[in-house]
Amino acid sequence: MKTVVSVIGKDAVGIISQVSAVCSECNANIVDITQSVLQDMFVMVMLTEISELKCTFAEFSDKMKALGEKNSLDIRVMHEDIFNSMHRI
Amino acid sequence: MINLNDIMETINMISEENLDIRTVTMGISLLDCADSDAKAACDKIYNKITRLAGNLVKVGEDIEGQYGIPIINKRISVTPIAMLVAASGGDPVLYAKTLQRAADATGVNFIGGYSALVHKGFSAGDEALIRSIPEALSVTNNICSSVNIGSTKSGINMDAVKLMGQIVRQAAEITADRDCIGCAKLVVFCNAVEDNPFMAGAFHGIGEPDCVVHVGVSGPGVVQAALKKCPDGDLGQLAEIIKRTAFKITRMGQLVGTEASRRLNVPFGIVDLSLAPTPAVGDSVAHILEEMGLETCGTHGTTAALAMLNDAVKKGGVMASSSVGGLSGAFIPVSEDAGMIASARSGDLELSKLEAMTAVCSVGLDMIVIPGETPAEVISAIIADEAAIGMVNSKTTAVRVIPAIGKKVGEELEFGGLLGSGPIMKVNLNKSPKKFIDRAGRIPAPLQSLKN
Repeated sequence: MKTVVSVIGKDAVGIISQVSAVCSECNANIVDITQSVLQDMFVMVMLTEISELKCTFAEFSDKMKALGEKNSLDIRVMHEDIFNSMHRI
Repeated sequence: MINLNDIMETINMISEENLDIRTVTMGISLLDCADSDAKAACDKIYNKITRLAGNLVKVGEDIEGQYGIPIINKRISVTPIAMLVAASGGDPVLYAKTLQRAADATGVNFIGGYSALVHKGFSAGDEALIRSIPEALSVTNNICSSVNIGSTKSGINMDAVKLMGQIVRQAAEITADRDCIGCAKLVVFCNAVEDNPFMAGAFHGIGEPDCVVHVGVSGPGVVQAALKKCPDGDLGQLAEIIKRTAFKITRMGQLVGTEASRRLNVPFGIVDLSLAPTPAVGDSVAHILEEMGLETCGTHGTTAALAMLNDAVKKGGVMASSSVGGLSGAFIPVSEDAGMIASARSGDLELSKLEAMTAVCSVGLDMIVIPGETPAEVISAIIADEAAIGMVNSKTTAVRVIPAIGKKVGEELEFGGLLGSGPIMKVNLNKSPKKFIDRAGRIPAPLQSLKN
């Protein structure tokens, strides 16, 4: 099962490192990572494999959310199926 | 890897444009709960609903968490209760109270199905249930009621239309101290559908399986935002944009429905492809029509714009789902739509225009606040007009009007939450339809050929 971790906000030093740290802590394997600046916003998207997650999905999601709140970033964890079903026929 | 722009588009739809799943509704058949003893029937109903839907709210919340898409309501629809009253007799309100207990136990937002289907005539239980509706809606909070009084195949039961005018008034009077909220939970249908997941008109039809899960999507804000990006396109281009957007919205509904069905171990029913507005800014069907080029919703051209919107939503949505049903189309509930509220307040949107709009949208006269002095026969006549549009055009129409007891045009009712607030709209009270309504009887079913 794969999930998309998206990070949107003001660019700052160490964002990727902090998000990766949570992934590592929860045993989520980063499969792919891409980043860009869209309309002055830093956007980073990480595809992670979560079948071997050490915690529950909800806990993983909450940890990311908390990290986002701490750094004034919008961090969301969403199952990849939502994007696949919406954008692929 | 999924395209970055696609990911951003989805996130933007949810966070900025109010995209959500409006409801996951579990339909439960209560036919096997019928009993000659009303109390025994109620025990069976409570047990069956809590057994099947005990997990519904939790599953809904889990899916919200996993996919990051809000699911606003978790609801239940049940077999029309009049059928159970037919077997047991007695006071139908007992059933309403049981449903309320089941709603409290399962934590759902609404249970719909305090209903009767009387499009051709009353059978045992129907009239008793209808007469109990005002009390039932007054003593419960989360129970919705509907009555089907006409259909294309059977005509319009004008006895029922006459009665429903009185019932709507009574429901308003008995809840006058609570902004006449009873009427917001009561809808009168022509051509009611059996698999509608939306309230107040949801009930579980007798042709449905024992238990099933339906999904109703939303997303007027997403359509409006998409149209905003095409300020100079012609209407053909706008129709294409609406179709594409509706496709994406519906795919989300299909995904959530399939997942809910799997987790609840209940068959998946339908996706209702509806644009359901809320009073929130950026979640309005009226604003889509205005984005299409109307200065305000309600002006000339509104019916044409709505017809195109409604059709394009269906065309886009149909391909996105394995099974489409329910009401499917654009809703135009006045008090639940920020743009409609504004147009009604300014006097640009009138009841007669709304009636015309209902000929081309998904349902009917919805959440319209009318003066408290409106007599029962005028409400009946409004119902009859609306039912005639549905009957002749082979579509579902409905009336959910709220007589604002003790208030006049210019004042407002405040329901709060998704039900919003409604300015009282003008109704023609100068001339009476009383004699026509008092004739009662039945309007015969219309001819289905020679259509002009």
